Amino acid sequence: MIDEDFVKSLLAGHDCIKVVHQDDCLTISCEPEYLPKICLHLRDEETFDLLVDLTAIDHGVEAEIRFSVVLHLYSLIHKSYLRIHANCLDNDCPLVPSVSSVFPAANWHERETFDMFGIKFSEHPNLKRILMWDDYPYFPLRKEFPLAGVEVPLPAADVSEVTGADVDPAPMMGGPFVSPGTGRMSNAEPRAKDESWSEDAEKPL
Amino acid sequence: MSTTTKEVHIGDIGAQAASHLDGDKMALNVGPSHPTTHGVLRLLMELDGDLITNCQPVLGYLHRGDEKIAENMTYNQFVPYTDRLDYLAPLANNVAYAITVEKLTDIQLPERCEAIRVLICEMARISSHLLGMGVFGMDAGAWTPFMYTFTEREKLYTLFEELTGARFTTSFTRIGGVARDLPEGWLSKVEKFVDELPRAIDEVEKLLTRNRIFLDRTEGIGTISKDDAIAFGITGPNLRASGVDLDLRKDKPYSGYEKYEFDVPIGTKGDCYDRYLVRIEEVRQSILIIKQVIASMPGGLWYAEDARKIFAPPKEKIMTSMEELIQNFMIVTEGPQVPAGEVYFEAENPKGALGFYLVSKGGGVPYRLKIRAPSFCNLSILEKLVPGHMLSDITVILGSLDFVMGECDR
Repeated sequence: MIDEDFVKSLLAGHDCIKVVHQDDCLTISCEPEYLPKICLHLRDEETFDLLVDLTAIDHGVEAEIRFSVVLHLYSLIHKSYLRIHANCLDNDCPLVPSVSSVFPAANWHERETFDMFGIKFSEHPNLKRILMWDDYPYFPLRKEFPLAGVEVPLPAADVSEVTGADVDPAPMMGGPFVSPGTGRMSNAEPRAKDESWSEDAEKPL
Repeated sequence: MSTTTKEVHIGDIGAQAASHLDGDKMALNVGPSHPTTHGVLRLLMELDGDLITNCQPVLGYLHRGDEKIAENMTYNQFVPYTDRLDYLAPLANNVAYAITVEKLTDIQLPERCEAIRVLICEMARISSHLLGMGVFGMDAGAWTPFMYTFTEREKLYTLFEELTGARFTTSFTRIGGVARDLPEGWLSKVEKFVDELPRAIDEVEKLLTRNRIFLDRTEGIGTISKDDAIAFGITGPNLRASGVDLDLRKDKPYSGYEKYEFDVPIGTKGDCYDRYLVRIEEVRQSILIIKQVIASMPGGLWYAEDARKIFAPPKEKIMTSMEELIQNFMIVTEGPQVPAGEVYFEAENPKGALGFYLVSKGGGVPYRLKIRAPSFCNLSILEKLVPGHMLSDITVILGSLDFVMGECDR
C-alpha cells in the first residue's frame, strides 16, 4: 500500500527526495543527478518496476526553472502509480542522466524527449531524434516554437536541390478558435491561437 | 529421340552456390510503406543469409504533432484528434481522454454515462481484436479467417455509425459525458450482434487455433520473457501473453469496470501464438461484459448535469433560455473550465495502456498533454526481439504485436 508509512520510509532513506503532492498519485521530486539511483531503489526495493511514461514539461521561456523531466512508474504489487519530477538546473542546455540502464523502456522515451524538448540525457546509448528526422534543427514542443511550424530544408537534400522545395509552415488559417478568456470583451473574442506568428518573426533557437 | 540424363545432387548445387558467396552481411530495408508493417513503420535490418542479425526501427513517418496541437485548443476540440491515435479503436481513445480531463475536475458522472462508456470501450476492443487477429492470420499465410473477422467488424461499424454518426472517426465523448444518448432500439441490435459473434469466433478458431501451418509459424517465434516485457514497458495483451497479470480494468478500475465480472486471460510462453490466444479469449470476455452492461443498463442522464462550466446544456434549452445560451457560448469559446493541477490516467485499450498526462494551469486549454501510446512502447522491444529470427518471421512477429502507427507516431 502507498500510505503514510511508505512515504516516510522512502523519505527516510533518501535526503534528496521531496514530496510534492499526492493528488492523483504520490508525486516526488529530486535533483536530476539522483534520478538513476532513486529509480534503481524504486525498482529493486519498492517493486515499481514498470516505467510507463517519461516525458518533460516546458514551463515557458521566462520561467526560472524551464524544463522538468517527469517519470511515471507503476508497481504491479501496490497497483499504484508514482510520479517523479526532476527539474533541470540549466535552462540553456538541460542535461539529465539517462535511466535507460535501469529501465530499457526509457530508451525510446528519452529519445522522444530529446527530440521534442532538446533535453540531453547523459550516458544514453543512442541519443538521436526519433519522430523528427535527424537533421531537423528545432525542438517542436518548446513553448516558443510556433504551432504552424518553421520553414526548414527538406529532409531529402537531393530532392530539394533539384526542386528547390522546402518544408513550409502550415498556418492554421482561422482555427482552432480559442478565447484568451481575459481582458476586455472585444479582445476576448475567440481567435486563432497562433495568429501572432509569421515567417518574418524571429525564429526560435 | 534419345535423351541423356544427368544426376545432380542438391547438395552439390548448394556447395557450388556457397563458394561464390563471400560471407558479407546484407542490409535490407523494410517499409515505411509495406504490407507487413501495418502502416508506416520502417525497419533497417542486417541479414546473414536468412538470419536477421540486427534490426533498427525508424519511426515518425506519421508524426502530426498531436501534443503541440493539444496545447493550442480547448479540451473538447481535441476529442477528434484522439480518434486518430489508435484509429482501429477510436471510441476507447475518446473515453480514455475524457476520463483524464474529468479526473482534474470534481464532477460525478451518472451511472448511465459510465455504463455507456464501458459498453463502447468493449465494442472497440472487439473491433480492434477482430482486425488484429484477421490480419495476423493473413500475415501467417491464412487468408480465410480475415474474411470472417472483417464481416463481423463491418457489423460493428454499422452499429458505431448508428450511435455516433461516423464509422471510423467517432468523437463520441465530451468532457463530462458523451455526445448523445443511445438511439432507440440500438441496445437490442448490439445484443443480437454479441449473441451471434461467438459463432464467427469459433469459425476463426477452427481455421487457425489447431492449424498445423499456423502453429509452425507462430509457436516459439518472437518469445518475450516476463522480465523483458516489464522492462520494455509493454502493456496490454502483449504483456499478458508473457504471463504478467496486469489488466487496468481489474487493477485500477475506471468507469465502473468493477461492477462487471470477467476473467483476464494470461499466456504462459509469450510467443506469437500466445498473443493470438490471449486476444481470442479477450474477445470472448468482452462479449460477457457487454451482455452484463446491457442487462444492467441504468436509466437517467448521459452527462453530468451539475457540471455547468464543463458540459454544454441540451440544445433545446440553449435555444430558449438566456442562461443556457451564455453557458454554451462560454464552453464553446473558452473551453470547459478545468482547475489547475496535473493528472496521469491510463486506460486498458485494445493495444495496451493508453495514458494521458495532463498539466493544467486552469482555464479551457491544456498547458501540456502527453500521450503515452501503447504501440510506441510495445515496438521498442523490436531491437532486442527480432535479431536471431529468420526474415520470414518478421511478418508474424509484427502481426502478433498488433500495433498502430497512428498512435505510435502521434
